[in-house]
Amino acid sequence: MKSIFSPRRRIALLAVALLLFPVVFSGAFARDIGVAFLLAAISASAWNIVGGYAGQVSVGHSMFFGIGAYMPLLFYSLFGWSPIAGIPVGIVLSIALAVVIGMPTFRLTGHYFSMATIAVAELIRIFVGTWDFVGAAVGLQGPATARGWWDLTFRSELPYYYIFLAVLGIVLATTAFIERRRFGFYLRAIKASERAARSLGVPVRRTKMQALALSAAFTSVAGSLYAAKTGFIDPDSGFGILVSVQMVIVAALGGAGMLFGPLLGALILIPLQIATNTWFGGGGSGLTYILYGGIIVVIARFEPGGLFELWYRVVPERWRRAYAT
Amino acid sequence: MVAVQVIVGGLLLGAIYALFSSGLTLIWGMMNFINFAHGEFVMLGMYAALMVVVWIGGGPAIFAIAAAVALAALGVAIYFSLIRHVTRGPMLAQILSTFGLALLLRYTAFWIFSANFVSLPQNAMSGTVNLGGIYLPIAQLVAGLVAITLTVALHLLLTRTTVGSKLLAVAEDRTAAMLMGIRPDRMQALAWGLSAGAAGIAGALMATSYPWSPSVGETFGLIAFVVVALGGFGSVLGSLYAGLIIGLIQSASAFWLGAIYKDIVVYGLFVALLWLRPQGLMGKT
Repeated sequence: MKSIFSPRRRIALLAVALLLFPVVFSGAFARDIGVAFLLAAISASAWNIVGGYAGQVSVGHSMFFGIGAYMPLLFYSLFGWSPIAGIPVGIVLSIALAVVIGMPTFRLTGHYFSMATIAVAELIRIFVGTWDFVGAAVGLQGPATARGWWDLTFRSELPYYYIFLAVLGIVLATTAFIERRRFGFYLRAIKASERAARSLGVPVRRTKMQALALSAAFTSVAGSLYAAKTGFIDPDSGFGILVSVQMVIVAALGGAGMLFGPLLGALILIPLQIATNTWFGGGGSGLTYILYGGIIVVIARFEPGGLFELWYRVVPERWRRAYAT
Repeated sequence: MVAVQVIVGGLLLGAIYALFSSGLTLIWGMMNFINFAHGEFVMLGMYAALMVVVWIGGGPAIFAIAAAVALAALGVAIYFSLIRHVTRGPMLAQILSTFGLALLLRYTAFWIFSANFVSLPQNAMSGTVNLGGIYLPIAQLVAGLVAITLTVALHLLLTRTTVGSKLLAVAEDRTAAMLMGIRPDRMQALAWGLSAGAAGIAGALMATSYPWSPSVGETFGLIAFVVVALGGFGSVLGSLYAGLIIGLIQSASAFWLGAIYKDIVVYGLFVALLWLRPQGLMGKT
């Protein structure tokens, strides 16, 4: 007799819930939360591949997000092309940047990678903010009114919701796929002990590089989706450190290195963020980040494995058996 | 003459960079640990100086020492409440702990002090001095010289005294140091106190000549990374040279390229270093 909570059914249940959410909650506000949730889950899941599974903690993932966000709008404002044209360009540029950062830093310890990511993200943010070609400090605008579906400019939240959901599905399916392959085992071996992994013949540098490139590509797509949805991008909303913070905290709160960790993190944090913004008005965003900082410190100090690991530890074993994958 | 002025000004600013960066490199050398909140310590040092001036009053010597003591206490408190518990944990916890701390301190500062730029009121160090045709603000001159002295003092403390030997012993081998009767916890707490104290006094020195807002913490934190990467991780003397070089590069590029490019040049240098000489000027591989 299979429990209703068997892993496969649980995933099916989750998929159905996500598919039905905007139908059940048809208010604009609820759908807006749904879209924000999906976007946070996509970018945090992308971060999770290198930051969670491989244990290489990037605190500058906004550089890939920003590239992904800028490219579609840049192509639109230069040539009037559909924003879709910029998405693959963003992916290619993000992977190239990942190689530029990964090649030198993956020879050194993980701290060095973290420092490099934050410095490069900041370098790009300042650079973009002074470069007139990409709109400098003002940023870029997307199509105001859609010429067709290919402009990805919809008046309703609904198309965004299902596009984002499809992308989230692709990211999670890819992660689940590599989780079971040799590549996934390599990643976890590197996270546990790089030296031990190397002595057992794991190609450490190449594996880390591939994880970063894959993560960068997905993060870039997340940025493109954000730009398509907002129709506007500036240096801070694309490359700002808070963009990176959001990815890190969403993944780490739920459980870094766990498939559904980012989903759980986004499920808790996005409503929390919207609530603080609504209650405290303009000053709320500052308060949100004080809260984020506090949460990150508490996770690091008491529960580095995130909420999923806490759950596994406190929930009695006989319940847990049904959840074991 | 203008060129000389730019060079001297850059070196004096670089001396302050060297001082707070030596705090970052000390922690890295001692514990193999990167403090992402280091720039926030500098920023808090600036506000500590301001609060002392406004509420208690007193000259530069008083508020600089007060800022150093306040930040050293904060550093020790952070070590015992947070850092000690994460050093043995996974890498994720180590990086997230100070990264989260940086956010917490930065946005709390925004909340309390607002995002407006502030500066210290007139004090004994206001005014300029004419050194053979070079006009220098007294504050900048004094701050730069004090910063160099303190950085050299920190270097001597680490290399010439018993306490320094104990600190280095713990850095070398924690267990062996423990067997020699050294308490690693105390030494590491001391390192955090020294590190944050150096950041605090550097902040107070800088506050005498530059206006600031809570957002400067991020900039200084990144500058400290660049200085430490250039000077070599764990080398105080290296960060002294690197700090002076970075200050020089920054003031030269601000003057000849334009003020908005000074950070681009410095961060670009960091990326170039990553590729060419990741161990820094004086670092070991």
